[in-house]
Amino acid sequence: MACISPDGKPTESGAGMLRALKSGLKSPEEIAKDAGVPLFRVRSGLRELTQAGLVSQKDDRYVITDKGEELVK
Amino acid sequence: MEEVKEQVISLPRLGEPAPDFEAVTTHGVLKLEDFKGSWLILFSHPADFTPVCTTEFIAFAEIYPDLQKRGAELLGLSVDSVSSHIAWVRNVEEKTGVKIPFPVIADLSKEVSFAYGMIHPGQSKTETVRCVFIIDPNQIIRTILYYPLTTGRNMQEILRIVDALQTTDEHKVATPANWKPGDMVVVPPPNTQEMAEERVKQGYECVDWYLCKKKL
Repeated sequence: MACISPDGKPTESGAGMLRALKSGLKSPEEIAKDAGVPLFRVRSGLRELTQAGLVSQKDDRYVITDKGEELVK
Repeated sequence: MEEVKEQVISLPRLGEPAPDFEAVTTHGVLKLEDFKGSWLILFSHPADFTPVCTTEFIAFAEIYPDLQKRGAELLGLSVDSVSSHIAWVRNVEEKTGVKIPFPVIADLSKEVSFAYGMIHPGQSKTETVRCVFIIDPNQIIRTILYYPLTTGRNMQEILRIVDALQTTDEHKVATPANWKPGDMVVVPPPNTQEMAEERVKQGYECVDWYLCKKKL
C-alpha cells in the first residue's frame, strides 16, 4: 500500500491527496496538480483510498468521505 | 534463483499495444493504464546491488527531470523482491546521495518480464537483460532497445529517441541519422510522380526528390 500505512493511517502522499479533496469533487488530474503527486501515483492511490473507504468515486471524479475527513482534520 | 523454463513465444512489436500489467512496485501496486496520457520508459535491469545497474539507476535518476519536462515517466523492473528494491535504492541514496524518484517493479513471478520478452536465456536464464520500452501516451510501443548484461545504457540516446518521436508526432516528419533537436528534419517522401516533381520546387533542402530536409 503506497497511500495507506499498515496501521491504517494515510502516508504523506495519501494525506496530500485527501487534503486536495477537502475542497470538493476533483478529477485525478486536478488532484495530481493540487497534491503535487504524479498522475500515475494518483490513479493508483485513488484505488487504495477508495478500497479503504476514504474516498468515493462519482463518475470520473472523486470525493472525500467522512472517514477520510477524520484522518486529515 | 529459479531457472527460466518457459519458452518465449512472441516478443512485443513496435506499433502494437504494450502488454497490460498490474505489478507490485516500490511505489505500490501500479497498472499500465495508470500511465495513460504520459510517455512511459519501461526498463529492466538484471539485478539489484550490482555495479552496472547501480550506475544506470543513478543515470536514470539524473535524466528523470528531463524526461518529466517531455511528459515522460520512468518505470524500472527486475525479478528481485520489493524489499530488495527498497534496500537497494536506500543504499544508493546513502552511498551516492542520489534519490531514486521512480517506481521499480518487483517481478518475482516474471509475469511482466515474459510479457515483454525481457529474459533472454542466451544471456541469463534467471535475470532480465537491459531492455528499454518507450511507450506513447496511447500505450503503443514506439521503441524497443535491448542491451546485453555487460553494457550500460546511454541515457542521452533515450532522451534523443523521445525527442525524435515527439517531433515526428507533432510535425509529421522523420528524423535523420544522428538527429538532435534543432537539426533539420526529413520531409516524408512523395508517393506519386506528380508529388515528386512538385517536391523539388517546394524550397526544401533536397539531395534529390526522395531526400528533402527542412528546418522546423
